[in-house]
Amino acid sequence: MNGAARRIWGLVYRHVCMYRRSWPRLAEIAYWPTLELLIWGFTANFFSRDLHGNSPILAGTALIAGVLLWEIVLRAQIGVTLSFMEEIWSRNLGHLFVSPLRPAEMVLGLLAVSVIRTCIGLLPATIIAFLLYHYDLFAPGPVMVLFFLNLLVMGWWVALGIVSLLFRYGAGAEALAWTIAFGITPVACVFYPLASLPDWLQPVAQALPAAHIFEGLRALLLRGQTDWSQLATAAWLNAAWMLAGIAVFGMEFRRARIRGALISIGE
Amino acid sequence: MVGKAPPPAYPEGMEAIRVESLVKRYKETLAVDHLSFTLEHGKILGLLGGNGAGKTTTISMLLGLLVPTSGRITVLGHDMAKHRFAALARMNFSSPYISLPARLSVRENLEVYGHLYNVPGLKMRINALAERFRLTTLLDRLAGELSAGQKTRVALAKSFLNQPEILLLDEPTASLDPDMGDYVRTALEDYRAETGASILLASHNMAEVERLCDQVLMMKQGRVADRGTPAELVARYGREDMEEVFLHIARSEAL
Repeated sequence: MNGAARRIWGLVYRHVCMYRRSWPRLAEIAYWPTLELLIWGFTANFFSRDLHGNSPILAGTALIAGVLLWEIVLRAQIGVTLSFMEEIWSRNLGHLFVSPLRPAEMVLGLLAVSVIRTCIGLLPATIIAFLLYHYDLFAPGPVMVLFFLNLLVMGWWVALGIVSLLFRYGAGAEALAWTIAFGITPVACVFYPLASLPDWLQPVAQALPAAHIFEGLRALLLRGQTDWSQLATAAWLNAAWMLAGIAVFGMEFRRARIRGALISIGE
Repeated sequence: MVGKAPPPAYPEGMEAIRVESLVKRYKETLAVDHLSFTLEHGKILGLLGGNGAGKTTTISMLLGLLVPTSGRITVLGHDMAKHRFAALARMNFSSPYISLPARLSVRENLEVYGHLYNVPGLKMRINALAERFRLTTLLDRLAGELSAGQKTRVALAKSFLNQPEILLLDEPTASLDPDMGDYVRTALEDYRAETGASILLASHNMAEVERLCDQVLMMKQGRVADRGTPAELVARYGREDMEEVFLHIARSEAL
């Protein structure tokens, strides 16, 4: 190996070493193409075979609504996890955790930041949707607030799960912050109905609030009906997942204090 | 100047920190091995030891960052296993190895921690601390733009925000030039005299330890290797100064 090749290999080797020690980074390489294929494959199926008499125009409207509303989950989740990771990156967690700030207060602070970030993040997209596509997100009326709240809470419990993983695996798991919520997208039934999924995958989707929220949204946009049962199911599921998220967060925080992970989380 | 209030009237000999038979085990590694000590109110205790002696682990347990495997820590009368937040509100910590957010200005960083510690009259407090630590001209600079020494002074100012009754300081004068190091040592002495605060000081600067510490706890392999006043230790080992005592203990085979 000549000098140049050796130097190039040195750089490649640096990345090989990193990937072989970090399964989240390795998994991420194949993750996105697979995910894109699943989402757009199911969406294409819906539009080509399963419109069930719905007008393609209305289905298109539901698609835009789905894109906008799914962003609430993504922005809410990223709002929490990114704010937490900012503390890791700035090596500030040590100061925070030796202050009188309780873990519950820290979580509430992160949730508040996520609400602000979600509002700021979605405002331009909502205006653009109105100006370019004549789609008014608020046209269905006050009931939309219930959809927003359900999606916000879903983003929060996903985020609590990710922060728990950061406690457990440290900053090496930060790729999860960008991938997990997107990974749920195929089973969230954002762009297509539950029926478009294979039978074996439908129970997984039904266990998530998102599938019920978007089924309810499509009922509202395509048929003008407010499906209260779907909204109620989503709310119950959100409550259950949120409780689970809080329990996992509490457990991982305690474990991190035992293992000394709060001191070394940025490493 | 800050902290003009008279020192709290603690009874003589009353403990600010009591550590009883503290153990921290990580799988096969015994990081702290049945450590016991007390820090009296108004005193400065030096926690010394080579790398891996268990100082950081001990400080982390005192701050509640780390749960002991066994043993008991009482801070200002609060059992840290049950009521750590009551104690944390009355103490503070500074280390050059933990940063403050780089994209916030010095003032914003101090405001954040002022809110976390519920500091009354925050604006005045920040201005007073800026004066004490020569930060007045740096208040509106981003923390990330500061030199290592300036960052250390900001971290110290943060640790004084809530007028702590106990200060835990890890290498408080690391990265400071001799002039600023001396200035900070004087600030610590003044603060102790004004408020009666107790200070636990981990330092590798033996001249600093001799100047500031009333008592010294030498740690080695997670245990107490020796303890006493700096003068007692120097006399006990027949050495010239604490630097030589440190080297003697660190290099000796026996614990």
